[in-house]
Amino acid sequence: MFRLIFAAFIILNGGALSAAPLRIEITQGVIEPMPFAVPVFIAETPNAVEVARNLTNVVRNDLTGTGLFREIPTSAHVSKITSFSSPVQFSDWQVINADALITGSVSVNNSGKVTVMFRVYDVFSQQELGSGLKFSGNANSWRRIAHKVADEVYSRITGETGYFDSRIVFVSETGGKAQRRKRLALMDYDGANVKYLTDSNSIVMAPRFSPKGDKVLYTSYASGFPQVQILNVGNVRSRPLINQAGTMTFAPRFSPNGNSVLYSLENGGNVDIYRMQLSNGTVKRLTRSPAIETAPSFSPDGKQIVFESDRSGSQQLYIMSANGGEARRISFGSGRYGTPVWSPRGDMIAFTKQSKGRFHIGVMRLDGSEERLLTASFLDEGPTWSPNGRVIVFSRSTQGRNGTSSLYSVDISGRNLKPLITPEGASDPSWSPLAR
Amino acid sequence: MKKLKNAILFTALVMLTACSNSGNPFGGNSNDTFFGNDMGDISNPTSPAYFQQAIGDRVFFAIDQSNLSPEAMDLLSSQANWLMTNGDYEIIVEGHADEQGTRDYNVALGARRANSVKEYLNSLGIAASRIQTVSYGKERPIEICSNESCYSVNRRAVTVLNNLGS
Repeated sequence: MFRLIFAAFIILNGGALSAAPLRIEITQGVIEPMPFAVPVFIAETPNAVEVARNLTNVVRNDLTGTGLFREIPTSAHVSKITSFSSPVQFSDWQVINADALITGSVSVNNSGKVTVMFRVYDVFSQQELGSGLKFSGNANSWRRIAHKVADEVYSRITGETGYFDSRIVFVSETGGKAQRRKRLALMDYDGANVKYLTDSNSIVMAPRFSPKGDKVLYTSYASGFPQVQILNVGNVRSRPLINQAGTMTFAPRFSPNGNSVLYSLENGGNVDIYRMQLSNGTVKRLTRSPAIETAPSFSPDGKQIVFESDRSGSQQLYIMSANGGEARRISFGSGRYGTPVWSPRGDMIAFTKQSKGRFHIGVMRLDGSEERLLTASFLDEGPTWSPNGRVIVFSRSTQGRNGTSSLYSVDISGRNLKPLITPEGASDPSWSPLAR
Repeated sequence: MKKLKNAILFTALVMLTACSNSGNPFGGNSNDTFFGNDMGDISNPTSPAYFQQAIGDRVFFAIDQSNLSPEAMDLLSSQANWLMTNGDYEIIVEGHADEQGTRDYNVALGARRANSVKEYLNSLGIAASRIQTVSYGKERPIEICSNESCYSVNRRAVTVLNNLGS
């Protein structure tokens, strides 16, 4: 899956590369979306026409989907790009108020290899933003190439890493509430290329990507009891992570280096957090209270763990050392807090909050300050961070007899809330790192 | 205490306890009360049908709670009584939660509920080796509306029979 190899070359360009003023600062107070134009990439070979059109659309959707950019439709363009190498008539793009212009070309050779070149222009300062780049890959990789182009554009304009060449593993759901069938599924971050990883013969829940995206931890009832499994994404094979008769295990999560796994283990009605070293199976128990301790998540440096506990009498969030020991409570607002997830930047915790019969996805600082609720509904839960820490995807369930579950995404500013389209019902998303 | 009295009363019958650990996995369908071929006839007091319908196979819990109500204790006493005289059965206690709550927490809460039942049955003389527990969290509601009338029956622990002789 992640074996596609892309070649990226800088296309040499005679012009000087001065620092360009075109820039979106992604901060809380944003934003009027930046208008941009992406004429359909030039097909350099006759067999590239369709790929060029599809690929351009993916680039447009990636950028507009962020809420940070607004596309100026082709119908409003006053001139056409007919050659990738010809100089750009900036006035033609200024007149339609495009701040950014992206041009590109696509060629497909006899063996199906797709090669894409593109450039990003700051229309008003009339200069190129960065230099041209070339990506190539096999015939099936055009979508990934498009995401890589969009990631590069996003990065040049915002100064931050993108998140488009990434995937989401989740639970795909069918059937009514009382006999819901669940199976693991994988898709591109934008909902394309859905692939099922398990059958729906037993309940599965809460898949979690490894830091390299090559493995998935999840909980399965295949044995009759909830049990943490580890799945190899490449060959789609699973094996139980923990074999301890008479116990239940769930809520697994990888460490940032992928070498160890946190999980919850139930014994005698009590649930505590444990850590397993994957190389030798060594297990360390990290909490020892009669309360429910679950939903652990590592800090990006692997030194700390955020988790939920009802030791105070209700579900709240705590941070402790990755070796266990004393924990400090960080959630103090009204209501209860669960499913904490440390942001990839390390500066925030995303969580599920229940308050006054409503569910919210929110974020807070590590000391619990600056709590911000991003959503509100009958039941929102289970946030997962985009690789760059700017967007959160979560599951939302609707109430009543015909209630279903689906995925939504929202900016950490609380803007741009929108559904992620999946073929069936969906829950428990986990976002992969950016592919390489 | 009634609990203690029952425990003493039943001690003599503990010898019927089945100890073999059958490899039979306790399925995954929480709505079945009996993992055998035949529920039998409810008029037969040794039948699983009698256990399920005449005695009652489930107890209910208050929101977020795992402690047993007096009604639940009464019903579990009857279950224990039945299990004493029907020693061919092992049981699995399934703990469940309503849909209010996050997934992980509800798995943990269901485990607490199942364990409450296990400990109580054990205190009444049913050997711990005959009792397994599993939590389904909020994954298997019985009633599917989104208000307390449904939630109150979904917050349950169900005693499921497994006949070692079948």
